[in-house]
Amino acid sequence: MSAIEHIPEFEAPVDNGLLRFLTCGSVDDGKSTLIGRLLYDTKAILADTLHAIEKTSQRRGMEAVDLSLLTDGLQAEREQGITIDVAYRYFSTGRRKYIIADAPGHEQYTRNMVTAASTANLAIILVDARKGVLTQTRRHSYLAHLVGIPHLLVAVNKMDLVGYDRTVFERIRDEYLEFARQLGINDVRFIPLSALNGDMLVERGENLDWYQGPTLIDILESALVAHSESDERFRFPVQYVCRPQKADDPVLHDYRGFMGRVESGEIAVGDEVVVLPSERRSRIKDIQIGGHSLPRAVAEQSATLLLEDEIDISRGDMIVRGSDEKLCPGAPASGTVSTGTALVTRRIEAMLCWLGESPLDLRRKYLIRQTTRESRGLLDGIAWRLDINSLQQVAAEGIGMNDIARVAFKLAQPLVVDRYVENRATGAFIVIDESTNNTVGAGMIL
Amino acid sequence: MSALAPTPIRHALDHLDWLEAEAIHILREVAGQCSNPALLFSGGKDSIVLLRLAEKAFRPGRFPFPLLHIDTGHNYPEVIDFRDARACELNERLIVRSVESSMARGTVRLKSADESRNKHQSVTLLEAIEEFGFDACIGGARRDEEKARAKERIFSFRDEFGGWDPKNQRPELWDLFNARVHKGENIRAFPISNWTELDVWQYIARENLALPSIYFAHERAVVRKGGLLQPVTELTPAREGDLVEQLRVRFRTVGDITCTAPVESGADTVHKIIAETATTTITERGATRLDDQASEAAMEQRKKEGYF
Repeated sequence: MSAIEHIPEFEAPVDNGLLRFLTCGSVDDGKSTLIGRLLYDTKAILADTLHAIEKTSQRRGMEAVDLSLLTDGLQAEREQGITIDVAYRYFSTGRRKYIIADAPGHEQYTRNMVTAASTANLAIILVDARKGVLTQTRRHSYLAHLVGIPHLLVAVNKMDLVGYDRTVFERIRDEYLEFARQLGINDVRFIPLSALNGDMLVERGENLDWYQGPTLIDILESALVAHSESDERFRFPVQYVCRPQKADDPVLHDYRGFMGRVESGEIAVGDEVVVLPSERRSRIKDIQIGGHSLPRAVAEQSATLLLEDEIDISRGDMIVRGSDEKLCPGAPASGTVSTGTALVTRRIEAMLCWLGESPLDLRRKYLIRQTTRESRGLLDGIAWRLDINSLQQVAAEGIGMNDIARVAFKLAQPLVVDRYVENRATGAFIVIDESTNNTVGAGMIL
Repeated sequence: MSALAPTPIRHALDHLDWLEAEAIHILREVAGQCSNPALLFSGGKDSIVLLRLAEKAFRPGRFPFPLLHIDTGHNYPEVIDFRDARACELNERLIVRSVESSMARGTVRLKSADESRNKHQSVTLLEAIEEFGFDACIGGARRDEEKARAKERIFSFRDEFGGWDPKNQRPELWDLFNARVHKGENIRAFPISNWTELDVWQYIARENLALPSIYFAHERAVVRKGGLLQPVTELTPAREGDLVEQLRVRFRTVGDITCTAPVESGADTVHKIIAETATTTITERGATRLDDQASEAAMEQRKKEGYF
């Protein structure tokens, strides 16, 4: 399973792209041990790093090497023996590259979990076999689901401490499924394991013969990556406009390249496009990267689009496919224009997670950034707040740090949005406090 | 240096395609959000990769930022020559500011004449940021290099003293980067945060990028010190009693002569280096950096003080 065997010198290895996943669990669920074990078993930990944590483990009087020391990067974390911030870890099997977002499990750091979840396509939710499904487990599952992670994997860890008992695993699975059904979580899988002993991570081990399913690494190797599961509509937020304006070069004299990344769907030369919010139409004349032409561009690819007509486009505009969208008449200024699924709107309803230390100020205007577009926004009502312990909707007058609430914002400028459940890239926004320039909120458009 | 070649078409992005697309997206966000950015270019492999990514992001236009190098005056001449040649070849503006100038001004004072100038780069960098009014600096740091870096944002906020506060970082969600700063503050942006050393070498191979010669195996006089190889140079002469050996070595990372060590290697091509990187047992910084051995928190401390 190490990278070594899979990287022959002149033969291109199979490359299944890149999977971003999140690990979450309560304190002492063995999350750091799980990550340490994955890194160790895939040979992503090298000798000097291992040597350093061996020394630290000995100094703290531990018998075995504490693999959790691998993920605690900050001085304060080592001093307090806790994980404060999201850490990103990397490993590769030679077939696929992985980015792990390791979110701390402490209650006060809910915002880190949302941060880590925002870019993940799969979540490993750790459950301690001795403790079963806890409030924290429910909370993490809710957040993972809220932030739109398509695949959840419940890892029942520390099976060694319950004698590798099948009934313990099955009881936890059944309890979780009941709760998942209530939340509307559909894609969830279960695996029993012992991170400490390495059972069912990379190797099957000898203690879980009753479990016939795939190992953890097999699940990761075969998980579908983003944008591979459904037909998507083309979304291209413009980041930057390239106008070299070279008077002496006839090609570059009139060159206008619209630079951005295909957030979903794909586009080919000749396709009809619509620019939002202006609703101007044109066709793709050329697709380039680094000044070289490509016939098409696909989801997650950065590209430069050239159009057949000279129309005014700037950063913040969104290019969509003409044939996808049925434009309804009506000016954006008057309210909402529906373009199939994409909406040009001056009011958004959203699930908002508040990240700032000061509570949301109902009287102040905040900056809303969505794709490459910005608008001032003013809160236009709180429908309810989520009680994170009971997962019930409760009435709320205000929103403080780590609160999750259903809200509405009025916007000074129209945004071009999709529903978050349909498109994570165009349905997400952040809230910025202009006095500090800090990011104080994260929203998902309903 | 090979010309910028077209990227082959694929329907699903492989891991290098994905990393490249993400890095281009980050570079364009810096260009779109910041009014006066700069790209830190040292002639090292990570910043050479950054330049190729900038070509992919902005050609046929010019880069929307100058290149900036903070020179300790203790760099290998091959690397400095490469730096100048590459900037010239790309027809982009290169600004060089030197630690020696800061020493002459008195803003950098060495404890002793032979103290490494590496950590003092922070002072010169902050002076350059102030001189040109840069609101963002793009760097080639990677999260896999070091534990403190693993916790750093892609858009990392620095206060007016250039300081990084690891416990109070801006939340960074989705790909919605927040580069907003007030005057005097700035952003450090890291487009290849998610790359590993192996990814960098695989990309160098795929893009056929030229590198300074010292990255490849060559004969060099070295002295073994604390498990590392110290090159014998004018700045780091052999001391009495040192056993000088003539070994075949290459540099995995290239920086200030006084704190960068080569490793024993026979790898004289990119493909051989990839094979070696895939099977190495020592991390990049562990094998090569004399400055990170001091304590587990050495890098975090330097970063808090404005280091990259």
